[in-house]
Amino acid sequence: MARYRAASLATLRIVPTDALTLIYHRASGITHIVDAPVPEILEALAEPLSADALLAKLAAQYDLLDADALALAVRLDELAAAGLVERL
Amino acid sequence: MNPAWLLARTLRDPASAGKLGPGEWTALFAVARAEQMIGTLAMRIQGLPMPEDARRVVRDAIASAEQGRTAALWEAEMARRALGDIPFVLLKGTAFAAAGLEAGRGRSIGDLDILVARDLIEEAETRLLAAGWEWVKPDPYDDQYYRRWMHELPPLIHRERDRMIDVHHTILPLTARITPDPRAILDAAWPLANGLRHPSPNDMLCHAAAHLFADGDLAGGMRNLWDVRCLVEQFGTEGLEARAEHHGLAGEMTRAIRLVQALYGPEPLAGSAGGWGDRLYLRRLTARDGWGRPTRKLTRLAFYIRSHWLRMPPAMLVRHLWTKWRKAHSPG
Amino acid sequence: MKHVTSLRIGPVGFRIGSAWRAPIDALDDLYRDYPRPVIPDFNVHLFAARPWRRYLRPSVHIGGDFVIPDAAPLPLAQALLAAEMGMNLQMALGQRGYLLLHASGVERDGRAVLMTGISGAGKSTLAALLMARGWRFMGDEFILIDPATGMAHAFPRLISLKNEAIPVVEALLPHARFGPRLTGTPKGTLRHVVPDAPAIAAMAEPAAPALILFPRFGFDPAERPVPPSEAFVRLTQASTNYVTLAERGFEALTDLVARAPAIAIDYPDTATGIEMVERLA
Repeated sequence: MARYRAASLATLRIVPTDALTLIYHRASGITHIVDAPVPEILEALAEPLSADALLAKLAAQYDLLDADALALAVRLDELAAAGLVERL
Repeated sequence: MNPAWLLARTLRDPASAGKLGPGEWTALFAVARAEQMIGTLAMRIQGLPMPEDARRVVRDAIASAEQGRTAALWEAEMARRALGDIPFVLLKGTAFAAAGLEAGRGRSIGDLDILVARDLIEEAETRLLAAGWEWVKPDPYDDQYYRRWMHELPPLIHRERDRMIDVHHTILPLTARITPDPRAILDAAWPLANGLRHPSPNDMLCHAAAHLFADGDLAGGMRNLWDVRCLVEQFGTEGLEARAEHHGLAGEMTRAIRLVQALYGPEPLAGSAGGWGDRLYLRRLTARDGWGRPTRKLTRLAFYIRSHWLRMPPAMLVRHLWTKWRKAHSPG
Repeated sequence: MKHVTSLRIGPVGFRIGSAWRAPIDALDDLYRDYPRPVIPDFNVHLFAARPWRRYLRPSVHIGGDFVIPDAAPLPLAQALLAAEMGMNLQMALGQRGYLLLHASGVERDGRAVLMTGISGAGKSTLAALLMARGWRFMGDEFILIDPATGMAHAFPRLISLKNEAIPVVEALLPHARFGPRLTGTPKGTLRHVVPDAPAIAAMAEPAAPALILFPRFGFDPAERPVPPSEAFVRLTQASTNYVTLAERGFEALTDLVARAPAIAIDYPDTATGIEMVERLA
């Protein structure tokens, strides 16, 4: 099963604002404007995890109301395309 | 002094910038920008005493080169992720930057150029298309032209990042008289810690020479020769002659080294370089005015025709130009 | 180049060369009170595509350190516009020292008001009219944010008035110096006006950004606070060099939206617009 790993936190500059979070990714020079739970996903993926393990971790830590595996898979694909997460 | 020679001298001997007047600084920066060497120049002269206005240009050029380097290395990383287990080798500017070479310091980097084994090129294309790269031009003539005669896939552009990738399977067009050995370049490539690979120094030198004389109309020649100069300084020339011979580039390599001597060597030859051939090349390489604009139109035109001649047998050249003219494209 | 001049606008120096005398004379006249750089940051050249086109149906091509391919040439009568476009292009493509915001700006008591919006939002006109009311004019095209300090730097080039704005400003600034009326340009009729003496005298002095406005012309009066995340996104879209400034750009912009409130304003006519800006500032 594919595992995912987030860009190292040292390469990210994370600035929370009103509703959204601004993220500058030093390795790519790209700015990302993200909503919850993206910052939480990035933090949880400091170590490589499978999608299922990630879902379990998020559910435990953040009390996710909609622990939806499909929605998470879509988010992970987007984050991989953006380069914030690498599929290992 | 011709402003292109002024650029060459300042790159060779940064301390000489201390004696420049405002007009010379202005011309130096204009030509360096036109040759896409402003970042290289800035890295060479930073920290030396200079007027405040010049210092600002230098500071901004370094910041700009740094950003270009970040973007280029990120494209390489994203190509690595997309291509998975397909082996590839970074070429040109991205290779220099990824390996942290002297030639990469401040160097402007355009598209991402990579080399892939010919039998894997279709698979590479499929994977890149799946990862967000798209065709740049839907023009069927150009497409056919690239696939049949050029040494690369038609250029792809990433739809989000807006950056181009050129996937080569050899370093010169199949129509060129010279046919370098791409397999040997792939086999001899040097690995980097992050999983990327770049050609061995001698292969990078051979590629620079091939690019300069066989693949282009000498556009970007000053930068190309600076690459050669830095690679030779850093790695020496051991085994270079044999390697160039192997790729069929012995003559090109020898001329490149001579021109490096003439432009950037410890004893530059300005007006009196080697034979007529070298002098013509130097005239073409340094054809810029103090605004960075191209001069010596006749010399340039000769090189443009020559460049196409080298890449394509004459009958094909006519066919190519005719198709271009009919579509009202202007050459160059 | 046959004809050459150089000038400094705010912190940025330009050298402009031309195959024709007329545009250089016009620049020397209109920019006569501006300082000259020692070494320019950017070069602009106005040239003919073929030598005979200097004389025969002369058309002005815009060249420079930074160019876009296929930029359409302009007739010689619009060469002043070509020079201005050439300078703007160098800024838009080449500026690396400051975060460039496509905005107009005015300043009073050290507080800068930045106005940015789509073309036709009236940011040039508002800035010109505020200048007539005693504000210091900072620029009608670009405002420069210094990433090191967060301060706004002026770029008070000639104010570019379009179509209906021309008579409005002519009436309000009867003693100002105007350039020639340029008809049939890609933007319609165009006329440049020279910023007033205080704007030129203070052009090297930065000001702290105090308010960001997103004006829209031609709507019933309305005000809406813009949250920092939205202001951030809109300002990245209003900046041509945000990406090339890399992390410095990110810092400058997050800092800007954190320190200056942002408000979207709709206004039906310039009088109402001025009243709204002065009340909010």
